[in-house]
Amino acid sequence: MRDFADLFTALDSTTSTKAKTEALAGYLSAAASADRLWCVALLSGRRPKRTVTATRLREWAAERAGLPLWLFEESYSVVGDLAETIGLVLPPASKYDDRPLSDWIKTIQALQTQDDTTKKPAILTAWDTLDGSERFVFNKLLTGGFRVGVSQKLMTRALALATAQDEAALAHRLMGGWTPDTTTWEALIEAPDPQADLSRPYPFQLAYGLEHPPQELGPPQDWLVEHKWDGIRAQLIRRGGQMFIWSRGEELMTDRFPDLAPVLDHVPDGTVIDGELLAWDFAADQPLPFAALQKRIGRKTVPKTVLRDAPVVLRAYDVLEFEGADLRENTLRHRRKHLNFINTLPSDIPLRLSRGLEGTWEDHAATRAAARDAQAEGLMIKRLDAPYVGGRHKGDWWKWKLDPLTVDAVMIYAQAGHGRRANLYTDYTFACWKGNELVPFTKAYSGLTDAEFRDITKWVRKNTLERFGPVRRVPPELVFEIAFEGIQASSRHKSGLALRFPRMARWRRDKPAAEANTHADLLEMLDQYG
Amino acid sequence: MVLTLKPQGLYCPAGDFFIDPWRPVDRALITHAHSDHARPGHKRYLATPLTKAVMRHRLGDLTCQTINYATKQKIGDATVSYHPAGHVPGSAQIRVEVGGEVWVVSGDYKTTDDGLSTPFEPVRCHGFITECTFGLPIFRWTPEDQLRADITAWWQRCAAEGKIAILGAYALGKAQRLMAGLNPDLGPILTHGAVEATNQVLREHGITLPDTCVVTKDTDRKAYPGALVIAPPAALGSAWARKFGPRAEAFASGWMALRGVRRRRALSTGFIVSDHADWPGLLEAIQATGAEKVLATHGYTATFSKYLDTLGYDAGILETEFTGEDADPEADPEKIAS
Ligand SMILES: [Zn+2]
Ligand SMILES: [Zn+2]
Repeated sequence: MRDFADLFTALDSTTSTKAKTEALAGYLSAAASADRLWCVALLSGRRPKRTVTATRLREWAAERAGLPLWLFEESYSVVGDLAETIGLVLPPASKYDDRPLSDWIKTIQALQTQDDTTKKPAILTAWDTLDGSERFVFNKLLTGGFRVGVSQKLMTRALALATAQDEAALAHRLMGGWTPDTTTWEALIEAPDPQADLSRPYPFQLAYGLEHPPQELGPPQDWLVEHKWDGIRAQLIRRGGQMFIWSRGEELMTDRFPDLAPVLDHVPDGTVIDGELLAWDFAADQPLPFAALQKRIGRKTVPKTVLRDAPVVLRAYDVLEFEGADLRENTLRHRRKHLNFINTLPSDIPLRLSRGLEGTWEDHAATRAAARDAQAEGLMIKRLDAPYVGGRHKGDWWKWKLDPLTVDAVMIYAQAGHGRRANLYTDYTFACWKGNELVPFTKAYSGLTDAEFRDITKWVRKNTLERFGPVRRVPPELVFEIAFEGIQASSRHKSGLALRFPRMARWRRDKPAAEANTHADLLEMLDQYG
Repeated sequence: MVLTLKPQGLYCPAGDFFIDPWRPVDRALITHAHSDHARPGHKRYLATPLTKAVMRHRLGDLTCQTINYATKQKIGDATVSYHPAGHVPGSAQIRVEVGGEVWVVSGDYKTTDDGLSTPFEPVRCHGFITECTFGLPIFRWTPEDQLRADITAWWQRCAAEGKIAILGAYALGKAQRLMAGLNPDLGPILTHGAVEATNQVLREHGITLPDTCVVTKDTDRKAYPGALVIAPPAALGSAWARKFGPRAEAFASGWMALRGVRRRRALSTGFIVSDHADWPGLLEAIQATGAEKVLATHGYTATFSKYLDTLGYDAGILETEFTGEDADPEADPEKIAS
């Protein structure tokens, strides 16, 4: 695994795309087939599942290192990463064995079904056989947390360099539900694949944020303007009499959306539709809030109540394949014509067309301003004369999002960050006023500069009222503007609401705590946008 | 009480002197020349000859008496001697004996032989004041010969790729110790002015360093293909470094053990090396003193002293006053990480 650990170190220690691509291409041309297949799998998120609980690993590592558990925990809080902490506290390996990556993964997979009495000696032996970055990689594989800063695109490019194959063709090959246990390097990458996997989606086209006035895009008639729906981006694939639903993260989600099954009979075979999954109010024929859809995220099976209360539709905005023909080279104007059949379907079929909006840029600006009322996040602007291009491709697709919602809130608790930020207070709990009482309603840890975090850290140290483990209660004095994307009712929170993507937009040094927003203000927002 | 804490710093009432005081005093015993230990403004200094030389260079003229290692000197009712700390050339632990009770103030130290500084010698004592900059079990240094091999391999790789190798290391101690481990036959060794100034002081005092060439504003930086440049960490990524053209940068520090720090600095290469003791080094040194009382200072003091307690020592914390600006750069993770 030495070579793979070296690759990991190289990828982890540079921000240069060129250096990363070269390092990865080097590995992919040199490593054994089974190892490079695993490398591609790991870098595309096909990680082995967690093999041992974090609690056991901590205990075993502390025991092996001869440390009390509290000292292990203190070390962990400085390092901020369990796999790394374990790698660092263990004594150096007493014997060295350069087994291949795929071999180690086999060992790890075999342990998954064993009990702790079998796992422990196997893991202790591994720790004593691996050093430095190899031990770190092993621990990451063991905890199911292997990640490295390599995008799918970068990996595909490196693979193209290593195999002298076309990048787009490789991107296509790499999609789908394969794992190194179900295929081989030869079959996945090298063999001609006439019976192309029926389920394979196309690489999704992604949009850039619009940072200039839309007028600069030229006449609005050249563009398809539609709502930016607040759901889950998906491709619906119907091929060979079967249907598949893929997320943008290349996750096969068909089982999570059984309510889409009726679509199968109303779409011709050989069709791939790009659209947004939305929880749907069939009576009103409009989307439900995003929170309704959230109940399906992270579940393998969907309870009946969710299917009943928050059924789903696919709101189609593009078609990449129709009646077996790949349409991606065609213009959007042309592709969209193939979607018109959706308007003729019965209303109980869970497929809807995302309608294009007519008007001047000024009309569109007004629609955007009211987008929240339509359960949308803003507008999408797509060039009508452009083909469908996988990945991010500047100039054809723009997202024109609404400005975030904001409230001014008072910091009441602070907690230290992790890793490099372990000695800075970066995670805060915020409250709003309810009469004379402060009601906590959200946490946030991002959005400020390092200098601001340092200033606040000094202030927290000086002004701590109480400590609860890593958390410090502070006097309600500092006010922050909290930006967020949405607000929803929540019975789990004391405030009765929860924010989506909260972050600190700025530190309001100008504002006294008494002038922060009230709970009533938030309830009003909930009423309006929830 | 042999030693006690005053607002000016650590004080010995029997001898009426301070050790590494942070505010001006009448008589200061200095462990080593790093600026968090050797501060300006004291009336009289006592230090090893090398420490005196470096202090003169850094702080200007000062009244300093010198003392060699292992020489006993009576100051008031206290008997004082200096012993090698292995931290940087000239660095010392200070032993103070009053009425048969012996305390040792470690200053900064490391237990491994860096090939340049006089190696650390444990001194038996009743009470030991230990630094613990790296007092957590996550810190374990690369063995010296491995380190030298790693740096040499990196330098050769850079040269083969047509790049200048720029190695960031603190100007006093770390830079010279790394230099001493280099083979000058592999290529020219260039230095930043701050590093060369220390080199000169050490060479004048009989320390052998490989030949170096200082980079000035008139230096033709393209005229040294295959060179290794040793510079203070602040020079990494700077306009000064960019003038070398194609180059690779590396940083040598104990903090390079942490992935978060390496990533934050976005350095392709980090060498895990420190002039402070690592975790095994600290524990080994403390045990070798035979001390019953151990006070931790400089670093992860709370955690470290708590752990020493569980090992059966009577451990505590010695609070020191930290000054941000002048502190030993390696003692401050904030500074090196930014
Ligand atoms: Zn020092
Ligand atoms: Zn120091």
